[in-house]
Amino acid sequence: MEALVNDLGFIIGTTLMYSTPLIFTATGSVITERSGIINIGLEGMMYFGAFVGAAVAYFTQDPWIGFLCAGLAGAFLALFHAIATVTFSAEQIVSGIAINFLGPGLALFLSRLFFDGATQTLTIPNKMPLPLNFLFGDGKLFASTGFMDLVFNQFATVYLSIALVFVAWFFLYKTRLGMRLMAVGEHPEAADSLGISVYRIRYGAVMTSGFLAGLGGAAMSIAVVSRFSNTLISGHGFIALAAMIFGKWRPQGALLACLIFGGAKGLEIYLGAKGFPVPSSILATLPYVLTIIILVGWVGRSRPPAAIGKIFDKGEA
Amino acid sequence: MRKAHTVHALIIGLVMVMCFGGTALAADLGIAMVTDVGGVNDQSFNQSAWEGLQRAGKDFGLKVGYKESKQDADYGPNMETLTDAGYDLIWGIGFLMGDAIKEAAEINPDQKYAIIDFAYGDKTPKNVACVVFQEEEPSFLVGYIAGKMTKTNKVGFVGGIKFPLIEKFEYGYMAGVKLANPKCEVVRQYAESFTDAAKGKAIANNMYQQGSDIVFHASGGVGDGVIEAAKEKNKWAIGVDKDQNFLAPDNVLTSAMKRVDNAIYDVAKQLNSGQYKGGQALVYNLKNDGVSIAPTSNKHVPANILKEVDGLIAKIKAGDIVVPATSAEFDKFK
Repeated sequence: MEALVNDLGFIIGTTLMYSTPLIFTATGSVITERSGIINIGLEGMMYFGAFVGAAVAYFTQDPWIGFLCAGLAGAFLALFHAIATVTFSAEQIVSGIAINFLGPGLALFLSRLFFDGATQTLTIPNKMPLPLNFLFGDGKLFASTGFMDLVFNQFATVYLSIALVFVAWFFLYKTRLGMRLMAVGEHPEAADSLGISVYRIRYGAVMTSGFLAGLGGAAMSIAVVSRFSNTLISGHGFIALAAMIFGKWRPQGALLACLIFGGAKGLEIYLGAKGFPVPSSILATLPYVLTIIILVGWVGRSRPPAAIGKIFDKGEA
Repeated sequence: MRKAHTVHALIIGLVMVMCFGGTALAADLGIAMVTDVGGVNDQSFNQSAWEGLQRAGKDFGLKVGYKESKQDADYGPNMETLTDAGYDLIWGIGFLMGDAIKEAAEINPDQKYAIIDFAYGDKTPKNVACVVFQEEEPSFLVGYIAGKMTKTNKVGFVGGIKFPLIEKFEYGYMAGVKLANPKCEVVRQYAESFTDAAKGKAIANNMYQQGSDIVFHASGGVGDGVIEAAKEKNKWAIGVDKDQNFLAPDNVLTSAMKRVDNAIYDVAKQLNSGQYKGGQALVYNLKNDGVSIAPTSNKHVPANILKEVDGLIAKIKAGDIVVPATSAEFDKFK
C-alpha cells in the first residue's frame, strides 16, 4: 500500500515538474492571443530565456536574479514581435517564425561569447529554492522521502506557475484592463472607437507573453536542471502553444491541458519503469495521444478570439 | 555567428598563406570537418574531434579546418564548400551525417571522406572511411565499477533511443555489473529521446527512489537530467562519451568515454603516410585507445577497484574477455 501511494506521489511530482515550464509559457500565450496577436515565437523566447536565466544565475550566483532576467530576455524578443506585428502590421506567423530563429541564434551567440566558445553554460552554483523544504526531514512534520515529499516539496517555480494562473484569470475576467484586452482581441475597431488604445494594449500583451515564456525557459534551466544546453528547450514552446489552444484560450484551461500532458508523461515513465509490456517507443507516444483524446473528448468546440491574426490599422479604420 | 567564424578562418588562412608562402602550403595535406548542430565547442564529439584534428595538424604539419552546421540541412552544402576549398579529407562528425557523406562521396568519387559513428556495411563507398567505436568496452568497465561500488545491489541504466548503438552501452554495462557482482540487479529504461532532460531526471529519480544507488546514462541531453537527479538526491551517476565529472563533481562517479580525438588523429596519421583506408569500417576500442574510462575516476573510485579495472583492460586487449554488445551475446556471457 505504501509503495502504491509513493508511486502515485512520483507520478504527481513528475507531472508538476513537467508542467511548470509549460504553464508559464501557455499562460503568457493566452494573454497575447486574447489581445488578438498570435505568438508562435514562444519556443524562441523560451530558448533565449533558458539561456539568459542560467547565464545570469551563474554569474550572479542568485537564481532569482537569473529568473527575472530570463523574463526580461523573453520580453526583449517579444518587443521585436510587437514592433513587427502591432506597429508595422506584419504577418504574425512570419514574425513568430523569425523569433524562433532569432532566440536560439542569439542564445548560442551569447553563450559562446561568455562561456569560452561553448554552446552550453556551466552549472549554476545555486538553484531555485525549495520553499517548503523546512517541513521535510528527520524530526520534522513530514519524512524526507515518501508521498508528501514527492508531491509538495517542489521548487519555487512550481508554486509560482500555479499562482500565476490565478493571477491571469483574475486579471482577464475581473479587472477593467483585462476586459479591455479581451475586447481588443474580439473587435479592435469597436474598442478603438471607445477610446481604448489598441496598440498599447497589444504591446503590453505581447511583451507579457514574452516575459512569461522567458520565465518558462528559466524554469527548465535553473530548476529542472541546473544549466543551459543547446537541446534543453526542444519543442516546449510549441507544446505550450497547443496547450493554450486545447485550453480554449483560457488560463485555467491551459493549466489543465499542461497538467494533463505532464501527467501523461509521468504515467509513461512510471509504466516504463514497471516493465509494462509495451515497447518504450510506443509508450513514448502516450502523452501526446492521451492529451489529444482527453481534450478532444472533453473540451469540445472552442472558439478563438474573433480578431486573432487580423491586422489592425488605426489609420484605415 | 558562424559566418564570423568563417571570416576568422579565412583571415587566419590568409595570414598563414602570407607567412609561409602559397607554394609550400599547396603541397601540404589538408583535413577539414563538418560539425553537427552542436557546433565545434559542444564539450562533446565535435569538440573532441576538433582537438584531435588540431593535434594532428600540429604533429604532421597539416592544414586543418572546420565548418559548423546550423541545421541538418546544412550538412550537404557544408561538405560541398569544404570539397571546393580543396581539402584532401573531409570528416562528418556523427551518425546524423551518414546520408550527407554518402551522397557527397558518390558525387565526388575522387574526394576522400570519413565519418564518425556510422558504417555502411557492404555498401561503403571506396572513398569513405567509417570510424566506429566498441562502446560496449568502456561501458563494461564502468559497469564493473558500479557492480563493485553499489551498496544496495541495485544499479540503473538510462538509454536514449533504443537502437543497436545504444544497446552496446546497455549490454556492455550489464556484463560488467554481472562480472563484478552477480547478485546486483540492473534496472533499465529508455527515454526514447536524446533531448528530454526532464524525462531523464524523472526516470533517474524513480530509479533512486526504488533503491538503485548508481545510474549510468547513454542518452545525450537526457543525461543532464539524470546527473541532476543524482546531485539532488546525493547518489552516483555515470557519464558518457566524455568526462562528465565537471557537471556534478561530487556525484559523477566515472564516465564511459569515446576518444573521438584519438580516432581522428589516427586517421590523419594514416592519411599522412599514404595509407588512407577508404571503403571500410575502422574499429576503435581499448586496444587502439579509441575508448577509455574518465581520467577523473580516481576521485571517487577506490584504488583497488581501479587496479582491478586495469586488469580487465589487459584481459580485453588480450582477447581473454570478449565484451557482449547485444542481447544475444549477453545471454552467452559467462
